[in-house]
Amino acid sequence: MAGLEDLYKEIIMDHYRSPRNRGELPTPPAVCTEGFNPLCGDQITVYIDVTDGVLKDIKITGQGCSISQSSSSLMSAAVKGKSLEQVQETIGTFKQLMTGHETALEDGGEPEKVDIRALGELAALQGVVKFPVRIKCAVLAWNTLSQALSELPS
Amino acid sequence: MTSFNAALVRADTPQLTRVINGYPITYLDSGATSLPPRAVIEAMSRHYELHHANVHRSVFQTASEATEAYEGARLAIAKFINAPGGAEEIVFTKNCTESFNLLARSWGRVNLKQGDVVLLSEMEHHANIVPWFQLRDMLGFEVRFIPVTDDFRLDLSNIDELMKGVKLLSVTGMSNVLGTINPIKELSAIAHKHGALIAVDAAQSVAHSVTDVKDLDVDFMCFSAHKMLGPTGIGIFWTRKEILRDMPPFLGGGGMIADVSVDGYTPANGPTRFEAGTPPIAEAAGLGAAVTYLTGLGMANIAQHEHDLTGDALTRLELEFSGRIRVIGPRDMTNRGGVISIDVDGVHPHDVAQMLDQFGVCVRPGHHCAKPLMKRFGLNATARISYGPYSLVRDTDMLLEALHSAIGMFG
Repeated sequence: MAGLEDLYKEIIMDHYRSPRNRGELPTPPAVCTEGFNPLCGDQITVYIDVTDGVLKDIKITGQGCSISQSSSSLMSAAVKGKSLEQVQETIGTFKQLMTGHETALEDGGEPEKVDIRALGELAALQGVVKFPVRIKCAVLAWNTLSQALSELPS
Repeated sequence: MTSFNAALVRADTPQLTRVINGYPITYLDSGATSLPPRAVIEAMSRHYELHHANVHRSVFQTASEATEAYEGARLAIAKFINAPGGAEEIVFTKNCTESFNLLARSWGRVNLKQGDVVLLSEMEHHANIVPWFQLRDMLGFEVRFIPVTDDFRLDLSNIDELMKGVKLLSVTGMSNVLGTINPIKELSAIAHKHGALIAVDAAQSVAHSVTDVKDLDVDFMCFSAHKMLGPTGIGIFWTRKEILRDMPPFLGGGGMIADVSVDGYTPANGPTRFEAGTPPIAEAAGLGAAVTYLTGLGMANIAQHEHDLTGDALTRLELEFSGRIRVIGPRDMTNRGGVISIDVDGVHPHDVAQMLDQFGVCVRPGHHCAKPLMKRFGLNATARISYGPYSLVRDTDMLLEALHSAIGMFG
């Protein structure tokens, strides 16, 4: 049984208490997308400002548990100022961290170690995998960001 | 003759011997589903070990035994809710939600039209909201809501106005979020005065108080077995014989027909008209055992026990967490059942529930399928504590200890 300290790490609690990049951006030029977790009522709105292939600014509003809120804060810090290519790569790595090893877990195995250096602070969310019902909390912001990116005017 | 001792009920409930994270389980989620006693589990395994066959037409012995168990459950439920027309008025469905869909798609479809109104309340479960919206979108009638007051009761101050044009009033007997017990007898008098019928969502109330459809003078009732110590997979729909007789079939298939030819079909009479396909037979056997068990405990005794537990918990929550925990539900214990929704300042309900789990305490976070009610009180979610006949004061003790710890961690 995974301990709670795996879930509620210092970094997570810090981002929950003092979320980064909180707020709104004027639309347009920013694109805004809303995400819901219908099971628990969590709601999140992601605003992104993309210029010349770079995610220049990101702001997030919404309500939810410590995992969904800290994940959105950590995400905003990780993707802000990055090229869209890098953003997509980070999204991919994070989603893999959350869902890529479910089969191994079901077989009683431990999640495969992901290269922590590539993840930076995001690695703090690794413990969520041991609490499968909370994965949907952690990925809400990421799915919403993916959606926002897909809605960018081409 | 009834006898009630919660400690004995606990001893009858195998799952309550579980140890979770090193703590004996503290099960406080009976509002979502109740834990079956050994009698129910054994009735179901006995069915599969000895009596399993398909019901009705077969003539061999085990088939008649299975039919007897299935029809016996129907009779047991009829007695349990005092159905005036007996077993002929009880339809088995999949769950309470399907019972509401049956009400809407069968009775509603032929009795509602443009200009009519279905009156619900703001404290309804989605099961008693969504089927009406779906039907409204097909037929074009109006769905209206009785508001909820700031002290978590139905606001009946304007009820005569709200009742204008209403064909059906459909309300919950007890809110699954607030614990509020609604004045069904009063509401049925109001509905009938206005020429409307009344349906009751008894999912929460039926396992925790005496239910008498004749005395309540209601027209429809929906509930599910798994919230009354029975198994999942079987729900109940009740209406008076005269109404059921004129309701068209809902789901089609085997078992619900009187005749089928290449030109068409004639539906069966009675409850089987609404029971297409092989029904939940083992589940009915389990439900029958649950009714026997509950009747033995005495519904009035269960109601009193849960009333005492809830009153004690509300007092202690107030004493120990004043200013930090807000109870979303009546403080007054009159017409209030064993469901307590809490909002912990600064800690999201999901985190509350996760922390409590570390102590083996099972509570439910979320909107509890009552989003209009959540919106009414400006909430996205609550953490919900709900008691059952096997709950003890020690469950509340453990809950409070775990809540202190959760709040301590979040500061």
